[in-house]
Amino acid sequence: MTAEMTAADRAVVQRVLAERQAMPGALLPILHDIQDTLGHVPPAAVADIAEALNLSRAEVHGVITYYHHFRSEPAKGTVVQVCRAEACQACGSDALWEHVSQKAKNADVTLEPVYCLGLCATAPSMSINDKPYARVSPNKFDHLLAQLKKVA
Amino acid sequence: MNRIKIYMPRDSAALALGADEVAAVMALQAHQRGLSIELVRNGSRGLLWLEPLVEVETPAGRMAYGPVAPEDVASLFEAGFHAGGQHPLSQGRTADIDFLRKQERLTFARMGITDPVSLADYQAHEGYAGLRRALALQPTEVVQQVLDAGLRGRGGAAFPAGIKWKTVAAAQAAQKYVVCNADEGDSGTFSDRMTMEGDPFMLIEGMTIAALTTGATQGYIYVRSEYPHAITTLNEAIAKATAAGFLGNSILGSGRAFHLEVRKGAGSYVCGEETAMLEGIEGKRGVVRAKPPIPALKGLFGQPTVINNVITFASVPIILARGAAFYANYGVGRSKGTLPIQLAGNIKHGGLVEKAFGVTLRELMYDYGGGTASGRPIKAVQVGGPLGAYVPEAQWDLPMDYEGWAAVGATVGHGGIVVHDDTADMSKLARYAMDFCAVESCGKCTPCRIGSTRGVEVIDRITTGDAQQRPQQVKLLRDLCDTMVNGSLCAMGGMTPFPVLSALNHYPQDFGLSNPDRKAA
Repeated sequence: MTAEMTAADRAVVQRVLAERQAMPGALLPILHDIQDTLGHVPPAAVADIAEALNLSRAEVHGVITYYHHFRSEPAKGTVVQVCRAEACQACGSDALWEHVSQKAKNADVTLEPVYCLGLCATAPSMSINDKPYARVSPNKFDHLLAQLKKVA
Repeated sequence: MNRIKIYMPRDSAALALGADEVAAVMALQAHQRGLSIELVRNGSRGLLWLEPLVEVETPAGRMAYGPVAPEDVASLFEAGFHAGGQHPLSQGRTADIDFLRKQERLTFARMGITDPVSLADYQAHEGYAGLRRALALQPTEVVQQVLDAGLRGRGGAAFPAGIKWKTVAAAQAAQKYVVCNADEGDSGTFSDRMTMEGDPFMLIEGMTIAALTTGATQGYIYVRSEYPHAITTLNEAIAKATAAGFLGNSILGSGRAFHLEVRKGAGSYVCGEETAMLEGIEGKRGVVRAKPPIPALKGLFGQPTVINNVITFASVPIILARGAAFYANYGVGRSKGTLPIQLAGNIKHGGLVEKAFGVTLRELMYDYGGGTASGRPIKAVQVGGPLGAYVPEAQWDLPMDYEGWAAVGATVGHGGIVVHDDTADMSKLARYAMDFCAVESCGKCTPCRIGSTRGVEVIDRITTGDAQQRPQQVKLLRDLCDTMVNGSLCAMGGMTPFPVLSALNHYPQDFGLSNPDRKAA
């Protein structure tokens, strides 16, 4: 917990805290706002958040690490979340997962499991940088990734 | 020439299949062809195998085309689709499509027909008739309507909604809450998502009626973070409803207040359990609370709280608008009304089927679903999410009914149906159920936290270990499941054994067991 934050990051954290700290049950909305702006919740922000909400640092840390959505470090490259749940499994998501894992080794891709995007009738599904895609075959994924690279 | 009205869904499933790209190409080509079009971004009709589905308004009604890719747009215009012309993607009149025509859409009546964030559209289609009626009634009369309608919790627990409301209404407190559980994490379910994205005012109206009836002035909708489009649409709808006086300090000038806010989850399946969800809204780890006290008396921030699922609240407006008897007239036994059922997984015609209780799995999977997408035989079907049992073929003709299904170990749950073809390995799915429980367990009680991990290990020993030891390991698995069912604090650990044991009982061959007495489904 000795990590430092840049002045710009600290300013973001302080702005979010000022806006949100009076809300009932403010912690999740605060963590979402910080992560939406900075891409992650910096460990150095924990003390600031704890102080603003009159919580212990352990409580804040406990919440950040409990929920799968929050990350303490920035994600690397393109974030691909492949649904691993039953409806997608019934439509070949295990093979899709294997395929993306292979890609992730060489490409700038962070692969994560997700348990249901609510696209279960058009499986298998995934999200790429938070944008949902359905009926994704390994070929379609390669095509999507190549397109994304072209745009970037 | 009149403006041509074209409908293109903004539902996530359509977006995930390129609806935005199709809409952009369509707008551009219409412009190039000198055609004046009005593009309405509607909710999805629920014919998800046809998404992105494009509809055109014609004097004969709406004509459907799908699934449309950006490269199809030019040929659609050439075929004169904007006047209802024939094209290889033609599906005829939307209302005549078999899948839709045979449904009984009460809750989903407006779905795909209206612009989801248009209050004018909503009210032109019976929207807010329920709230106006509720404002004219005494709270006790509203509760009676909900009780008489026989509405039960659509999230899965099937508890009578009216009894919950009555309890909260009778509780004495300075502050009460209404909370909508929109943490729809079950694989194979998407009716909550479709409602929030496709008809959000219906949910807002249902929650408002609950608030006025019970004396709550603040409401929260807890939406999972995996549903970003639902969150955006709800926020847009709440802003519009507030501006128009349907939410705020004085609902429709009644002097009674109700404020509503969306809270975003953070990727925790167990937060679909109501007390874990409350912890999340309070800003804590989503750990399950022991009950009692029940949330109706001591819920959010320790205050009396109505908690219902999206579809439960969404069913309320029509009950008030048309009366309890109208709603109760649908269904069988103690399962009244309709259920929006979701056909998912390996199914040819996946989508949303709203039917009265009493429909059978066989009808749903074959008459509506058309069998598997792969064209192979159906091997297994899981109903009611990851905690629901695999239902063997012998039970596919049993009318859908909470009590009737419970009697044979099946779960209606949230109405999600996941179909697997004959390539499915049931021991793998059983292992997945335990593994999922290990990933998502909140960790509060031991049977769930430890049992799930031990479950994965035992199943591995059954499938890959010494065959001599197999009967012993199966006995161990059954013992473990017994502990989890009876010793867990909530349904997470308490129901994970349902898919595991049903897979073991109905498909023993997949576990390397021969059991000639038991015919596999």
